[in-house]
Amino acid sequence: MASYLLKRVAMMLPLMVGITVITFAVIHLAPGEPIDKMTDLNPKISAQAKQKMREMYHLDKPLPVQYALWFERFVRLDFGNSFSPDNRPVLGKIMERMPVTLFINVSSLAVIFLLAIPLGVISATRPRSMFDRATTLFVFVGFSTPGFWLSLLAMIFFGVQLGWLPISGIRSIDFRELSSWEKFLDYLRHLTLPILLSSLTSLTFLSRITRQNMLEVIRQDYITTARAKGCSEYSVVFHHALRNALLPIVTIIGLSVPALIGGSVIFETVFSIPGMGMLFYESVMARDYPLVMGILVIGASLTLVGNLLADLSYALADPRIRYG
Amino acid sequence: MAEAGPRVGGRSASFASIVARRMLKNPFALWGGAVVVLLFLVAALAHFISPYDPSAVDTGIILRPPGAGHWLGTDELGRDVLSRMIYGARISLMVGFVSIGIATVIGVIIGAVSGYYGGMTDEIMMRFVDVMLTFPVFFLILAVIAILEPNIVNVMIVIGLTGWMGVARLVRAEFLSIKERDFVVAVRSIGQRDALIIFKHILPNAMAPVLVSATLGVAGAILTESALSFLGIGVQPPTPSWGSILTEGKNYIEFAWWLSLFPGLAILFTVLGYNLLGEALRDALDARIN
Repeated sequence: MASYLLKRVAMMLPLMVGITVITFAVIHLAPGEPIDKMTDLNPKISAQAKQKMREMYHLDKPLPVQYALWFERFVRLDFGNSFSPDNRPVLGKIMERMPVTLFINVSSLAVIFLLAIPLGVISATRPRSMFDRATTLFVFVGFSTPGFWLSLLAMIFFGVQLGWLPISGIRSIDFRELSSWEKFLDYLRHLTLPILLSSLTSLTFLSRITRQNMLEVIRQDYITTARAKGCSEYSVVFHHALRNALLPIVTIIGLSVPALIGGSVIFETVFSIPGMGMLFYESVMARDYPLVMGILVIGASLTLVGNLLADLSYALADPRIRYG
Repeated sequence: MAEAGPRVGGRSASFASIVARRMLKNPFALWGGAVVVLLFLVAALAHFISPYDPSAVDTGIILRPPGAGHWLGTDELGRDVLSRMIYGARISLMVGFVSIGIATVIGVIIGAVSGYYGGMTDEIMMRFVDVMLTFPVFFLILAVIAILEPNIVNVMIVIGLTGWMGVARLVRAEFLSIKERDFVVAVRSIGQRDALIIFKHILPNAMAPVLVSATLGVAGAILTESALSFLGIGVQPPTPSWGSILTEGKNYIEFAWWLSLFPGLAILFTVLGYNLLGEALRDALDARIN
């Protein structure tokens, strides 16, 4: 297991380098220079000052040198300072926005896992039943619904019409006066809709995959054997079949991490949640390049970590890898 | 789709007729196909069937609810929502097809070269695919479009450039198995050029999964475009896109529900249509199911 872990982590290094190369390339696609926005619109900046800024950001050097310098700072986790008026370090800005995004995404993953697998299993054990047909319909509609649209409708229905849940932000105005327990509940009330809505797409997709995997596993000889030796149907489904059907699902959950993080732009913008997705949207609109680069790299790194965790749980569940 | 030619995926005509028969028997395929055909007609005939000019402003009838004259109501500038949605169908269709066309071409070339040549070429290309897959794609799309310039051409190109990885993996897997087959060994032994073997002999046999993934891909691209337009960095006004009608309607959602409901439903049904069609196609092309 230790050697597997080492190999698996070593595989991440070239990917990390690749991530930085693509991020760097994307930013330098832009016509003109990253500092143009700061200099061109500012009449007070002289040509001399502009030249100084170019030197400060190493824009006077060839691209590969610029990349090398940026990469060297990146290794020290120095993403530079934001172009925005506060001029704060990029890493600090990202770190203060990350917890709420991670909380929403991890909760969504939990919702996805807890709902998708039972849905898929029940559908697979009763193929073509009413339940199976209803779930299939739900899966297709859920998978085809634009998340931002459903969020708007949910906001209006649960927030405005019924008044059950708050429709924006992450805390109420009287947050300071609440006890810790009430604070927790307050967060939860604000985050319920974003969490449920952001889990919908992956949830439907995953329950479909679970159903397909279960149907395939149930056709296997060892399931017939388990039934033949007199196992109860419950034991056949949950002990013999599900365990094997779950393996590929763990990997797919890992693969859904980038979609969840990407989706956070939409859900955080709709619900005005000050997380990483909203920060990214703001930084992109303001062409705050250091911040855009920082979030791209950190977003991709989160995916790497998600995939690593998925692969490790796969290894733990699959004896062929655990002892291999 | 599948019944279009006498040869599907290079297999014999009888396979094509089996696929066609399976599609016609599948209610998913029929519903999905109906939606897709309807959408094509609406987009093609937009000029003739739309009751008003989609950008005709009439301040006398702003935010009029659905009723006679304006079946789906009017927006904040008094424009007819139905007419704007009919023209919006063109945008969705164009974005879906052009971006997935780009993604499919890139994916097929990278997957084919990777699978056919193997070795170092394969290793490098597949690591590139891995890197691309670690990015939250929506972040990447957002960054590139905002940096370049938000317009429909860039939207299509960027969705295409960030959506080819799945196709590449599919095609590579097909190539890995097909290139070992006897007929490939045979054409190679008579000294055919690699390009000819790849595109004429192997590729037609590897197209079935590509067709499925492209159909599902169109659905995804339409969703992405609508999300981008919703965030204001997709199709720019005054061009009507379903996503941008939604954005404009967002501010009036509490009293002008029709601006938010109808474009969303249009996106939902279109995407659903392509997803149903894609799934039906997958089942029909699956040789294991009889």
